[in-house]
Amino acid sequence: MKIVVCVKQVPDTWAEKKLDASKTLDRVSVDNILNEMDEFALEEALQMIAAHSGTVTVLSMGPDSATEAIRKALSMGADGAIHIVDDALKGSCAAVTSLVLAKALERIGDYDLVISGSEASDARTSVVPAMLAERLGIPQVTFVNKVEVDPAAKTLKANRITDDGYQVVEASLPAMISAVEKMNEPRYPSFKGIMAAKKKPVETLSIADLGLEADAVGLSGSWTKVNDSADRPPRSAGTIVEDEGNGGAALVDFLASKKFV
Amino acid sequence: MAVDRLLPTEEARDLIALTRDFADNELLSRVEAHEKTETYPEGLFASMARVGLLGLPYPEQWGGGGQPYEVYLQVLEELAARWAAVAVATSVQALSIHPVHKFGTPAQQEQWLPEMLAGRLIGGYSLSEPQAGSDAAALICKAEKTETGFRVTGTKAWITHGGIADYYALFARTGEGSRGISCFLGPGHAEGLSFGKPEEKMGLHAIPTTNAFYDGVEFEADRLIGAEGQGLEIAFSALDAGRLGIAACATGLAQAALDAAVDYANERTTFGRKIVDHQGLGFLLADMAAAVDSARATYLDAARRRDAGRPYSRNASVAKLVCSDAAMKVTTDAVQVFGGYGYTRDFPVERYMREAKIMQIFEGTNQIQRLVISRGLSR
Repeated sequence: MKIVVCVKQVPDTWAEKKLDASKTLDRVSVDNILNEMDEFALEEALQMIAAHSGTVTVLSMGPDSATEAIRKALSMGADGAIHIVDDALKGSCAAVTSLVLAKALERIGDYDLVISGSEASDARTSVVPAMLAERLGIPQVTFVNKVEVDPAAKTLKANRITDDGYQVVEASLPAMISAVEKMNEPRYPSFKGIMAAKKKPVETLSIADLGLEADAVGLSGSWTKVNDSADRPPRSAGTIVEDEGNGGAALVDFLASKKFV
Repeated sequence: MAVDRLLPTEEARDLIALTRDFADNELLSRVEAHEKTETYPEGLFASMARVGLLGLPYPEQWGGGGQPYEVYLQVLEELAARWAAVAVATSVQALSIHPVHKFGTPAQQEQWLPEMLAGRLIGGYSLSEPQAGSDAAALICKAEKTETGFRVTGTKAWITHGGIADYYALFARTGEGSRGISCFLGPGHAEGLSFGKPEEKMGLHAIPTTNAFYDGVEFEADRLIGAEGQGLEIAFSALDAGRLGIAACATGLAQAALDAAVDYANERTTFGRKIVDHQGLGFLLADMAAAVDSARATYLDAARRRDAGRPYSRNASVAKLVCSDAAMKVTTDAVQVFGGYGYTRDFPVERYMREAKIMQIFEGTNQIQRLVISRGLSR
């Protein structure tokens, strides 16, 4: 099987996220990590090729610093990586990101499966996997917490979580799936894996390599635009209710005032 | 706060980052429960092996990490800062591999090293006996020659991972005097081999320490490591490296105590200010920080001598002495910084203090270290 795992470098989950002068996320002044949800996607891919043989290629769009996230993915066991890096990409919205990734996947060609995390912890739109599948014209199975592939029959069967349970979905390959957390237990890279990762191939592509013009991507190509933003207001002090026999009623009143009950 | 380390290679920096990530998630989350309930962390050493943290100071040819002591010891220090018992057992694992690696025949190395270095076999080190600790040459456990090998009879003591390990670097008497001791790679389980109930120790609760009773246990001839009578030489050569491991563990423990004390001293206020800003406490913390820094510098100097192929036996003894004394002092003072809270099990510093005490005792008491150092001074 040939599996492509889309990964993103994001600001550390607990870091204070800020917008820079161009109203895009400041990725320079924070510690960046491999998006945690993508680790589940990668782990699933690694387990699949352990069971069915094949290769895992990591695909990432991001600035130079995204190399670190790519190295992490390679040290966990991916075979190689493609890094799309271009100054023109800064500020790309979800639709543009899916366009760029789709071009890269068309270039890769003979993949059987594309897996990504179901959201990135920075923008949290969750729409890139679906957009990407749509552009590629392949089946999409999003929010998957369990999947079995049958490479011979070129099919997969997945559990897709929903608000009130899960759906069992079958699809033909090639297909796109997006992984939810707790789908598996992502492995630690081993020391030997870290050493080996340094020797694994990372192909760097510009938008020109993908046949894209600069004004089709980045802020200028984006379908959405940030007009304004404001800092999160400081957390206000909570209300303390002394329980003098009326605690339960006070609690229900509070919940009712917030329309929870 | 993470220790700012001078590391020789990018590889070493990656290794330390991996160690911290692993130790924060896998050790820190489990240490308290296991130490309180005295339960063995099942599966932990297997996952450490998978990540590649066992066998670091041995050659890549045999599946080791190929790391110099300068780097390996800093990994141990990071482990010890989260869970001393696990770091000590990791150091003992390296110690147990030393005889085969340094003195084994090519056939023995081929047979044993890959399994040992991959961590598929957990090792113990079995030199001490109830009546022979510091005076190792007083050991009486005997290995009599038989037609096919040796028959071992006697009692060994203070075995880390006793009863759990898959093999033991075992020292037993094959002749008279200090040149009558031989080194064996004893089995973990065999007919006639039994283990005592775990010692009720002051600290390092999660990893058992036991006696072993050999009642005519048959060893194949190829379990002899090195020449007959070479045992004490092998034991002491292993201990030089092992002492550095303990020095690093002690330093990690001291660092953990310092970090806890500094955090607390920046939070707790008395008389209208943080206690770190009272000079009496500030200076105490300064002395603790100085002790930790000098401990680290001392073991790293010894490690670099070893890595450079220079004699380092004396430096290893100095490091073991300085680092374990520093750990005792720093952990004791950390309890003082926490005041009454430090004396309770709600905070980790009382555990650090209990754990520090053993660092002054095992792998050569600090009195033995002074003996080694002073012998080098006598003309």
